[in-house]
Amino acid sequence: MEGDIAELGKFIGAGLAAIGSGAAAIGVGHVAGNYLAGALRNPSAAASQTATLFIGLAFAEALGIFSFLVALLLMFAV
Amino acid sequence: MATEAEGEGRLVFHPLDQFKVHSLFGDGPIHWYTPTNVTLWMAVAIVCIYLLLVVGSSSRSIVPTRVQSVGEMIYGFIYKMVEDVCGHDGIKYFPYIMTLFMFILVANFLGLLPMSFTTTSHIAVTAVLGFGVFICVTVLGFVLNGPAFLGMFWMKDAPLLLRPVIAIIEVISYFVRPVSHSIRLAGNIMAGHAVIKVFAGFAAIALISPLSIAAIVAIYGLEVLVAGIQAYVFTILTCVYLKDALHPHH
Repeated sequence: MEGDIAELGKFIGAGLAAIGSGAAAIGVGHVAGNYLAGALRNPSAAASQTATLFIGLAFAEALGIFSFLVALLLMFAV
Repeated sequence: MATEAEGEGRLVFHPLDQFKVHSLFGDGPIHWYTPTNVTLWMAVAIVCIYLLLVVGSSSRSIVPTRVQSVGEMIYGFIYKMVEDVCGHDGIKYFPYIMTLFMFILVANFLGLLPMSFTTTSHIAVTAVLGFGVFICVTVLGFVLNGPAFLGMFWMKDAPLLLRPVIAIIEVISYFVRPVSHSIRLAGNIMAGHAVIKVFAGFAAIALISPLSIAAIVAIYGLEVLVAGIQAYVFTILTCVYLKDALHPHH
């Protein structure tokens, strides 16, 4: 791939892919916020649910990491 | 974490150069047997685990020393996690899970040392771990349950019309598991290290260098947290997948 247009598209694509990181941030915040809301309502049940919390965080975060990876691939590998 | 500013006030970022694999001796081509910085830091991780778990607890004292109590805490933590998630019959597979956890945790923490190399930032390394888990769990599921293992994809409590659609989605999500499992770990670690490197690049500008050095310290603290959490997440997802193989109908 050569030429200025290709270069332009690469950077625009990387920037668009980076939006996904922000979307993942919303998802992670949603999981953590809802966990905290539930934990404050019933603190005695909170400790048993931390594993679920981390699994949820991991699933939400993975998609953000994927978009970050796409951005990196566009910047450095394509 | 060295950076270089080339020219007058013009910054050149190479945030991903720290992940380059190079041969330890000479510049020859890298074969599978060549000692590289990856193999060196993996070996260092193994030595650290050996020192912590074998040498540290070799005295077997009733009142544990500091190193021994760290080893006992990690052992108890993982043991309880396997028991909670997989149930009592998952305890048989505890050594495998403990091995995975210790390797990832120690490799992550060693990678945070300045001038060191993070082996878990490479998708090649984590893919071996992730696909290893996937193959183990799939083989185990078929050995323990026989063809009934496929019932995991056939939701009995869904409406009959929707079941084929759900089955297709379930099969796809089953095969995406090792990919997301491995890329999650590598991506998190790589992203954190690249961010530190980018801020280190800003530190070359005199005006904002105190701010960026403070930011590096803050992000470093976050990275210590991420290193622990990602090892935990990798291990607990292994437990969840293992539970699917042991009890496919729950």
